[in-house]
Amino acid sequence: MKRPETGMEIDGFTLGEKIHQGGFATIWEVTHALYRTPLVMKVPTILDGYDGPTIVGFEVEQMIMPRLSGPHVPRVLGTGDFAVMPYIVTERIPGGSLLQRFKSAPLPLSELVEMAARLAAAVHALHLQHVAHLDLKPDNVMQRETGEMVLIDFGLSRHDQLPDLLAEEFTIPMGTYPYIAPEQFLKSREDPRSDIFALGAMIYEAATGHAPFGVPEKLKAVRRRLWRDPVPPRALRPDLPEWLQEIILRALEVDPARRYQSAAQLAWDLTHPAAVTLTARGRKVAPDGFLTVLKRRWAARRITGFPPPKSLAHQIDRAPILLVALDLSPEGEPLHDPLMLWVKRMLTLQPDARIAVVNVIRTAVLGLDLGTDDTGNSVHVSRLVRLKSWAAGLDLSEAQLTFSVLESSDPAQAVIDHAAAIHADHVLMGARGSGQARRYLGSVSSKVVAQAPCSVTVIRVGAAVETAPQQPAVAEA
Amino acid sequence: MKLAILTDIHANREALTAVLEDQAARGCDAIAVLGDIVGYGPDPAWCVDRVRRLVAEGAICVKGNHDAAACGPGAPMNPTARKAIDWTRTQLDAAQLEFLAHLPMTADLGDVMLVHASAEAPADWIYITSELKAVGAFRATRARVILVGHVHVPLLVSAEMSGTVREQKARSGLPVPLLRSRRWLAVVGSVGQPRDRNPAAGYAVYDSAANELTFRKVPYDCAATARKVRAAGLPESLALRLLSGD
Repeated sequence: MKRPETGMEIDGFTLGEKIHQGGFATIWEVTHALYRTPLVMKVPTILDGYDGPTIVGFEVEQMIMPRLSGPHVPRVLGTGDFAVMPYIVTERIPGGSLLQRFKSAPLPLSELVEMAARLAAAVHALHLQHVAHLDLKPDNVMQRETGEMVLIDFGLSRHDQLPDLLAEEFTIPMGTYPYIAPEQFLKSREDPRSDIFALGAMIYEAATGHAPFGVPEKLKAVRRRLWRDPVPPRALRPDLPEWLQEIILRALEVDPARRYQSAAQLAWDLTHPAAVTLTARGRKVAPDGFLTVLKRRWAARRITGFPPPKSLAHQIDRAPILLVALDLSPEGEPLHDPLMLWVKRMLTLQPDARIAVVNVIRTAVLGLDLGTDDTGNSVHVSRLVRLKSWAAGLDLSEAQLTFSVLESSDPAQAVIDHAAAIHADHVLMGARGSGQARRYLGSVSSKVVAQAPCSVTVIRVGAAVETAPQQPAVAEA
Repeated sequence: MKLAILTDIHANREALTAVLEDQAARGCDAIAVLGDIVGYGPDPAWCVDRVRRLVAEGAICVKGNHDAAACGPGAPMNPTARKAIDWTRTQLDAAQLEFLAHLPMTADLGDVMLVHASAEAPADWIYITSELKAVGAFRATRARVILVGHVHVPLLVSAEMSGTVREQKARSGLPVPLLRSRRWLAVVGSVGQPRDRNPAAGYAVYDSAANELTFRKVPYDCAATARKVRAAGLPESLALRLLSGD
């Protein structure tokens, strides 16, 4: 097996400077005649003789990374055979990892919330591709110049649809102690909610400057998080809002079933603080008392694991985000009841769903739009009121509902963009009639169907079906 | 190359037809048959002719224990299999028996080895039913990918550089990358008499360019085949097995 060195050429890649020396791998600047983007090569440091864990970890990366796509992962441009020299070449993400930024924690509130929401978006994008990262920590996140977080280092990851090469490789739990979830400590490798826990630990650290469970050096100390709750973030940083503590501590729940069920829902709460339902979790000012902890410790003796989800896809699907686009114009009104009926049906199937009710104010392409109507009322507010009045029929808690009034000259585009922004799984909307003009000029719903980043259901009013004109019967001779 | 791997057809015309259609629809450009064209099922002559045509068109075919038993004394078999083989012999003409008799025991395709049972002693018809049973096969050949049949239940096993041999979970329909840092052995599920509790016909696709293996299941009209089994007077258990896939 070859060892990497500056100047070496392999499969068309030329190695430049070594830019990082880690415990298990080195990172090199590389160039290739066909690629103009800056590239890096990761080469595992394989000790002489057999080095099982490093090899298998790298095999996992070589297996998973080429299957990932999107802005939240580095693009893979080549992998190398173990027979010559194992490597992975990816695009180079400029800048360092989040570790640097975490050093200046506690971060200012707005920066903290933005970073957390971007992190959650990246994790959700990964989960949608059937992968749980299982080693999320500031060192394993980079940020593009365009703002998206990029997750790196998939050596401990699990692809739901591929063999788990690591399953039997290690006898000790895998992960990084300050961020590892309780079920990972109990050797689970199949729960995407472990990533939610790590997200919670990272947000806690960025918010307070302290890791929620300290920095344990021995595995035994990791076990404590099965019963010992972290100091509430607000006790360390009083200016932190209760809603944010609620979010952080919910992500850090011991039982995965009590955490956010998807990273998208975590992102949702971070971006809709008003929708966060405050519980005792958000308000607590000190860790739980001696007796409570003692009881939990006693109970923890029996805990050998938590039920994993049926599959990663199934887990994400359990907690979908539905976007309901409501047309408030008179022509849209006949669709209000059918839409309500369909949303209710979806809720029977998926009671954990979140519903985002949206209306778009169509603005002129050019010129000023007045935010008030003829009588001086804010159009925005009146639309919100009407959305809420429609949704009252759903009988859902505030936490499961949000309302947005968007403004756009292109209502379809506004719905499509909003669906992407809130990681919607499904759009429900009505279609008005099916007149000739609509057929040729296209409608809002048809554009949404064609371009939305998720499933779309279009509701029509039954009676609106147009029938072809009857052919006159041919007179029989 | 996209290689369709068919094994244990067992004289099941309906299943073979369904699998051949499926592999063609998925763009396979080569076919390997890992033996046991006959035995158990009601259409031995048709299936032998079909495989002969495939071989004439370039497919590779190796011999299975039922093929050997149909045209010679063969290895000992359970009474049901023996009854079916005795009946099978009456259904085949000299040319068809000749074809079965002259099938090779193994075939090599570069770094891929094809054999009906196990690479270590192909004529001993060893059943690779677990990772432990695969160790011998890895020792017997240097091939990077070993493709076998005989068991009727799909199984994927990898041998790490250290020599550790472990089963790898592979779900039907999802491609598994056959990492070049390891060696791999796949037991391909049966076309004509599946025993993985799913009556649909089994086969596998090996894509050499993508270096991926996919186990596949193709539903076919197993009730029709079961009716033919009964009409031919073959043991009832053989008809029931097709319906339950067990």
